[in-house]
Amino acid sequence: MIAVTINGRRVDVEPGTTVAAAVMRGQAGFRRSVTGELRGPLCGMGICMECRVTLNGRPHERSCQLLCAEGMEIATDA
Amino acid sequence: MPSTLVIGGGPAGLAAAWAAVQSGDAVTLLDDNPALGGQIWRGEIPARYRRFLDPRITIRTGVQIHSATQLPKADRIILATGTRERFLPFPGWTLPHVLGAGGLQAMVKSGLPIAGKRVVVAGAGPLLLAVAAYLRKRGAKIVLVAEQAPYQRVSRFTQSLWRTPGKLLQAAQLALGLRYRTDAWPLRADPGSVTIQGHGVLPCDYLACGFGLVTNTELPELLGCRVDTGAVITDSKQRTTVPHIHFAGAGSVDRSILEGQIAGFDLERARALYPARDAAVRFDRRIDEAFQLRSELSTLATPETIICRCEDVPFSAVWQQRDWRSAKLQTRCGMGPCQGRICGPALEHLCGWPAASVRPPIFPTRLENLLDLRD
Ligand SMILES: Cc1cc2nc3c(=O)[nH]c(=O)nc-3n(C[C@H](O)[C@H](O)[C@H](O)COP(=O)(O)OP(=O)(O)OC[C@H]3O[C@@H](n4cnc5c(N)ncnc54)[C@H](O)[C@@H]3O)c2cc1C
Ligand code: FES
Repeated sequence: MIAVTINGRRVDVEPGTTVAAAVMRGQAGFRRSVTGELRGPLCGMGICMECRVTLNGRPHERSCQLLCAEGMEIATDA
Repeated sequence: MPSTLVIGGGPAGLAAAWAAVQSGDAVTLLDDNPALGGQIWRGEIPARYRRFLDPRITIRTGVQIHSATQLPKADRIILATGTRERFLPFPGWTLPHVLGAGGLQAMVKSGLPIAGKRVVVAGAGPLLLAVAAYLRKRGAKIVLVAEQAPYQRVSRFTQSLWRTPGKLLQAAQLALGLRYRTDAWPLRADPGSVTIQGHGVLPCDYLACGFGLVTNTELPELLGCRVDTGAVITDSKQRTTVPHIHFAGAGSVDRSILEGQIAGFDLERARALYPARDAAVRFDRRIDEAFQLRSELSTLATPETIICRCEDVPFSAVWQQRDWRSAKLQTRCGMGPCQGRICGPALEHLCGWPAASVRPPIFPTRLENLLDLRD
């Protein structure tokens, strides 16, 4: 198992789990749109940008295109 | 040794890279995804195709190509950038429980537990059945598979396949035990439910919804290849209008593999595959005809429905625009981080606008990502 932190909470996931799948286990919304709507992943393939999260301090990372790695810190703005 | 660069590691790109290596080229393959295999295989390449992973191919995953300057030097480029789903706006389509059909499948394949969840699968095309069957195998409760196409068209197609009326539909309903209905499409989604034409309000944990596939033409266009009505123009050898650039794939798996091989092989070996490829192309055309989008789907969006999810542009702001270009300039529709990849194909259907041409970089990117990959 791989341990990551999502909004300060520790979560264990199987190897091969994307950051998006790890976040979706616990919450539906990933971000707020420009008018404040709650949004989550749509395409699952790196195109729509709805799954963006802050990863190890770097904002706007597409979580569906990234695999969880030990110790990763993931933050969502919703 | 001549060098070949392949962009895209789905069935088409893998077949192309393998064929090019057999023809004696030095081959590099790049893909955006963390795993090879494209949309259908996603890291799990079936045993009979594993030979495509020839150790002589230099493979780099997690690399996204968004501008021409970033391309490593090569004598020949084979673009195999695949497809994405078409999404059509309807009230509630931006809610977090609404995902693409392939989108939800991708999430489940990459670690989202789905056992016990109620899922409505809706939209257009055979992908709906493939997704529903997959999700069910992983323990999801498939409430309904709603296909927008009329019964007559779908059954004519299945009859042409099996000669026994409705065999494929029966197979879907009986063998897979799926509730598959034609003439059914989403009217609106609300938190925890979806309303389907002819089937009322259906409570669900997820709505998996996609209206067919569109070809990713952005990179070919950026490199100067001619694109017409959503397709990259190629000759029988899969050559685009730019001399050293080929394009392969974006069809059904069999066709994509054949096109990849044709692009990668030398002319003589490629020629032997033309008849099989042409048959596969004809089959894909029949699918496209059978699952064509009905006109009612362009009336689902209300004035308040958001069309551009990046900039939250409502339908009322874009419908009076003349074309895609003026919508971009006047409303910022298509100007956000997805660069019109989602709203472009939607507006094509809603307003009949063809997508406008692309300018680099085709993906917004952090500066560090624009660093040259040529080394
Ligand atoms: C979301 C989705 C799910 C699908 N699921 C199924 C299914 O379950 N069953 C089925 O029969 N068919 C499915 N299909 C259809 C299937 O994709 C095609 O039948 C076939 O796989 C096409 O192969 P391809 O190699 O042309 O494209 P793809 O498999 O799409 O591969 C293209 C590859 O190119 C990469 N790429 C694209 N642009 C760039 C770039 N600029 N830089 C770097 N890399 C790039 C992509 O990341 C991708 O890995 C699905 C399609 C989609 C869009
Ligand atoms: S879900 Fe669309 S980019 Fe990640």
